[in-house]
Amino acid sequence: MASAAETTPRWSRRRGAVWRRAGRGAVPYGLLLPVVAILGAILGYPIYSLVRLSLQHYTLFELIRHKGQYIGLHNFGLVLHDPIFWHTVLRTVIFTITNVGLTIGIGTLIALLLVRVSGWVRILITSGLVLVWAMPPVVAVQVWNWMTNYQNGVLNYILTELHVGNFFHHDWYATPFSQLSMVTTLIVWEGLPFIAITVYAALSQVPGELVEAAEIDGAPAWRVFFDVTMPIIRPVLLILTSLSILWDFGVFTQAYLLIGQPAIQPGNYLMAIYLFEEGYFKNDYGRGAAISILMLAMVATLSVVLVRKMVQAGDVD
Amino acid sequence: MWNTVGIGLFAVMVFPIFWMVSTAFKPEDQVNSVTPTWFPGRPTLSHFGAALHKPFFWTDVKNSLIIVSVTVAVAMVLALLAAVALAKYRFSGRKFFIVLVIGIQMLPGVGLIIPLYVALARLHLTDSLTGVIVTYMTFVLPFSVWTLRGFVMGIPKDLEEAAMVDGSSRLGAFVRILLPLVAPGLVATSVFAFITSWNEYILARILLNAQGKQTITIWLSYFLGTSRNTDWGALMAASSLTAIPVVVFFLLVQRRIAFGLTAGAVKA
Repeated sequence: MASAAETTPRWSRRRGAVWRRAGRGAVPYGLLLPVVAILGAILGYPIYSLVRLSLQHYTLFELIRHKGQYIGLHNFGLVLHDPIFWHTVLRTVIFTITNVGLTIGIGTLIALLLVRVSGWVRILITSGLVLVWAMPPVVAVQVWNWMTNYQNGVLNYILTELHVGNFFHHDWYATPFSQLSMVTTLIVWEGLPFIAITVYAALSQVPGELVEAAEIDGAPAWRVFFDVTMPIIRPVLLILTSLSILWDFGVFTQAYLLIGQPAIQPGNYLMAIYLFEEGYFKNDYGRGAAISILMLAMVATLSVVLVRKMVQAGDVD
Repeated sequence: MWNTVGIGLFAVMVFPIFWMVSTAFKPEDQVNSVTPTWFPGRPTLSHFGAALHKPFFWTDVKNSLIIVSVTVAVAMVLALLAAVALAKYRFSGRKFFIVLVIGIQMLPGVGLIIPLYVALARLHLTDSLTGVIVTYMTFVLPFSVWTLRGFVMGIPKDLEEAAMVDGSSRLGAFVRILLPLVAPGLVATSVFAFITSWNEYILARILLNAQGKQTITIWLSYFLGTSRNTDWGALMAASSLTAIPVVVFFLLVQRRIAFGLTAGAVKA
């Protein structure tokens, strides 16, 4: 990180000088104070409280009495010895890898397609992508419910008409696997626009002469992509992949609502749902806090790399 | 050739949205038939009427609007101050704060629902809009500080220097030069904060259980109910209505926000 400061161009430092001199002393701290105070109260305190709760037996009874009972690491022991927890971790990892792979893969293909189509088609696709991007998740869930409903879902009709098979009265939510697959289709559909548009922006930075030169030399399209295009868009892909991993690992709304609360059961838990059901729904806040800490620890490990990258990027001003 | 693929892709991507709107305008028999009618033959507004007359629709729209506007107004003022500090000053602790702001955004919101619920339940702030507004700050503030910082940084330094040389006070330079220049960024960030708060589900779900105290997002999520005979037409009408403000705002600022979110990434 020190290298980022050293590589800051000289002119940039000189231009910053005026403000630096002006800003000596308390001014920046004064400007930050309100945000720091509020974040301290609404994030700092809950994080402190999270740790405390995780060490207590704390249910609805204790909530009403305003007093928990310290039981050491018992909650963590309960969670770590719960086979449902480990199955949920594994299921969430597989779910995340699948979703991220599909979103990044298809998103990149769409971006590559955007480069190749003519202007009006590009505008058409981009508008479509933005429209999809703008859909509120809960609305998207309801549309999915409608399109895949058992009685007359339009997806059943289209697939039957296309002779993919007989999907008349097909139940898309019969097994945990099919339930989570439907969640995946929804997550990928919602995630594609951000990926495609961002990768497309990155592709526009690839020098056209380089690609042409490689093509004239007779390189096949896939080699041009991996040897010429890929190195230039790699930083963007890296950030998008990390962001998608974090988002997909924490998915709650779409899975909870599309599978539907009555059908939620340990066999289709994702991490966030496990936490919600065991902690909030069963009023076992102590154990819920332990689950939260374990989940946050997993996410924090994942995000260290990303935060570093973004701090570096953000520091080159 | 690629154009054909592109048009096909467009059709598949927007089909769900088309199907939502199309269903919302279709008469009952076309909604319920097993063989779909692609375009509403005899368009009707009856589903919209049915959705609007469902209990608590207007109450929950009003709740959503109150929560969202207070959240956005408070967050913008505070975040702009912090953004100026981060973008225009060098001070010790700056890097730590930047790491903090980015780090918070990485955490899944669901990780804090338990302590937030317990804290607000103790303060008797569940089923209260105030409680929800406070919790929405947890994700709106860090996001807004980060995005606004990008916009403040984008202001040409020469302009500020000119103002300083002219003898303006720091506050004068801020109000006369910086504020008008950062206004488009402020609008874009507010709209994005509006959208994320309007769409938020899980915090509203755990904090607001009383009917008439919920947000429109929660209202829509309960629409399906448990009955076997779902009124799909009304559900799609209600879905369209919930999506409209978001879509309109999103289309207005999408370009600018996409830039704000990815500028750092592309630069690296």
